[in-house]
Amino acid sequence: MRFQFKTRYEQDIDLFRDNVDRFWYGALAIALLAAPLLLHEFWIGELSYVFILAIAGVGLMILTGYTGLVSLGHAAFLGIGAYTHAVLLKMGLPLVVTVPAATLLTAIFGAMIGFPALRLTGVYLAIATLAFAFIVEQALSRWDSVTGGFAGFAVPKPEIFGITLTDTVPFYFVSLAFLVFSIWATLNVLRSPVGRAFVAIRDSEIAAQSMGVNLAAYKTLAFAMSAGLTGLAGTLFAHKISFLAPDAFNILLSIQLLLMVVVGGLGSIHGAIFGAIFVGALPQLIAILRDFLPGTIARQPGLEPGIFGTILVLFILFEPLGFYGRWRKIKLYFSLFPLYKRATFKRQKSYTKSERFR
Amino acid sequence: MTELAQLLINGAAAGCIYGLIALGFVLIYKATEMVNFAQGDLMMLGAFVALSLIAGAGVNYWVAFAGAIAVMAIFGYLLDAVVLRRVIGQPQFAIVMLTIGLGFMFRSAASMIWGTETRGFETPFTGGVVRIGNFVIADVSISIIVGTALLCLLLYLFFRFTRIGIAMQAVSQNQLAAYYMGIPVKRIFSLIWAISAGVAAVAGILLAPVVLIDVNIGLIGLKAFAAAVLGGFGSIPGAVVGGVIIGIIEQFSGIYLKEGFKDIAAYVVILAVLILYPQGMFGAVGRKRV
Repeated sequence: MRFQFKTRYEQDIDLFRDNVDRFWYGALAIALLAAPLLLHEFWIGELSYVFILAIAGVGLMILTGYTGLVSLGHAAFLGIGAYTHAVLLKMGLPLVVTVPAATLLTAIFGAMIGFPALRLTGVYLAIATLAFAFIVEQALSRWDSVTGGFAGFAVPKPEIFGITLTDTVPFYFVSLAFLVFSIWATLNVLRSPVGRAFVAIRDSEIAAQSMGVNLAAYKTLAFAMSAGLTGLAGTLFAHKISFLAPDAFNILLSIQLLLMVVVGGLGSIHGAIFGAIFVGALPQLIAILRDFLPGTIARQPGLEPGIFGTILVLFILFEPLGFYGRWRKIKLYFSLFPLYKRATFKRQKSYTKSERFR
Repeated sequence: MTELAQLLINGAAAGCIYGLIALGFVLIYKATEMVNFAQGDLMMLGAFVALSLIAGAGVNYWVAFAGAIAVMAIFGYLLDAVVLRRVIGQPQFAIVMLTIGLGFMFRSAASMIWGTETRGFETPFTGGVVRIGNFVIADVSISIIVGTALLCLLLYLFFRFTRIGIAMQAVSQNQLAAYYMGIPVKRIFSLIWAISAGVAAVAGILLAPVVLIDVNIGLIGLKAFAAAVLGGFGSIPGAVVGGVIIGIIEQFSGIYLKEGFKDIAAYVVILAVLILYPQGMFGAVGRKRV
């Protein structure tokens, strides 16, 4: 087992744990930069889709994984980001304006939803965000003059220096850059007092409040940041689907985003990325699965949501820590080799854990 | 005037369905502190079981009614005993996700068993109307309102006067104390799920003659959240009254507001209630315990 001795204070807040970490992330960066040379265009397209999902996943992770607030309406933020970006582009504004504007507007919407979050815990918040998502979906389909209504509209394809940014390879690099920026920004926030306050709120609201964390301000901030990042993902998502219609941002997408953070592993940025890879790869996996299933089941239209639901249920029941939790267990198993005991990660058994005030 | 009365009756009928689904949420929430996002899908399953019994097996409507309730009650019991019991004590979030996942599974399973097209079945109420003076009430609306009232009365008597009902109240007040008193808390939880699934089946069967059933009618369950929230989440009369109010608001916004508002009226009510008046009409929202 490798022990890490910290000799400087900077090591405590360093982005990378040690030089081994640096080496592997460097290798990953080189692999991702070289990917367009090595992989077929189809896979590059799929990878950029995974990157977009990962940005939204990181956004949702701030809220759900780090602040402990559930949102069943993140598809709405994705939609607001995508529509704002596309509508502004159509009005002829340049990218440097539309992307920040879309991010900012989504963040404002997030803050508006987050503001009542002080009064709402757990389930109430889930219901409120769900209601918000339905209202946004209706608004997108009814506000004909701006959003094109049910029919939708095609997203313009912006150019910079003669390169069409929505072509597969440039789009891949743009998505990668956005993802790296989001992860970097999120990590920086999370190791600042703001991020520590988020985690404190997640672990115990009352304890956090007693330590002087302003619940209202930090919850609103968490919502705004989360929504902002999701809006940023939305600007890319608009180009990815290239034709905006309100039904792209329905409840199923919200559930997919949540599936991502749960399956990946709540409370870690790794989890958001693993989850994005999984959800991005799922349609391919289902297509492969269809070949093995008997025809009567494989042809069913309801198969895909059913599989989403099944995966969600299985993960909650058997691996609540998600892929990242499983990865940590495997790593610990090997680093402790003959001495690993299952109880290390065992959750505390609780018969009932009441959240009621009596 | 007649138009107004007509709207009120229609709204109350639609609202009773919301109220019944909300009743299911509230029963489970009160006792187990779980929120069942799959309640609407349980209703959908109940309606389809009744459809199979009536259209498939050809049994009498009333027998099918009782049969579907029994089947769904057993299903609810097993659902808790096999799946949901495992997540007791885990954070609320896990349970929300779990029941959402279950809802998707039910919908998918239903579309595989019964297909995705809309179906309907013959009931004694279909098509009939009652005329009182100037205005006309569909038998279906009457059946829903009367059915809801009877069910509420039944549940009230059950919780007030039977041993199990009182045990359920005890569990909802303090699980640990109830356990110390010798109440089999886990079995009571499963029974509550059974009752809740049975109530969902009643809602599904009463709703079936109004809207044709398909695998997506479970989405009504999300509107029923509005009813539960308005009633104060955790209050049984609140759920039903909230449901009726939501139903009436929906009818009126369909007539007097622009197109599209009818679909989101329930959600606007949720947001408004949660922001302005989070304890609802009958409930009490406390702060979280440390």
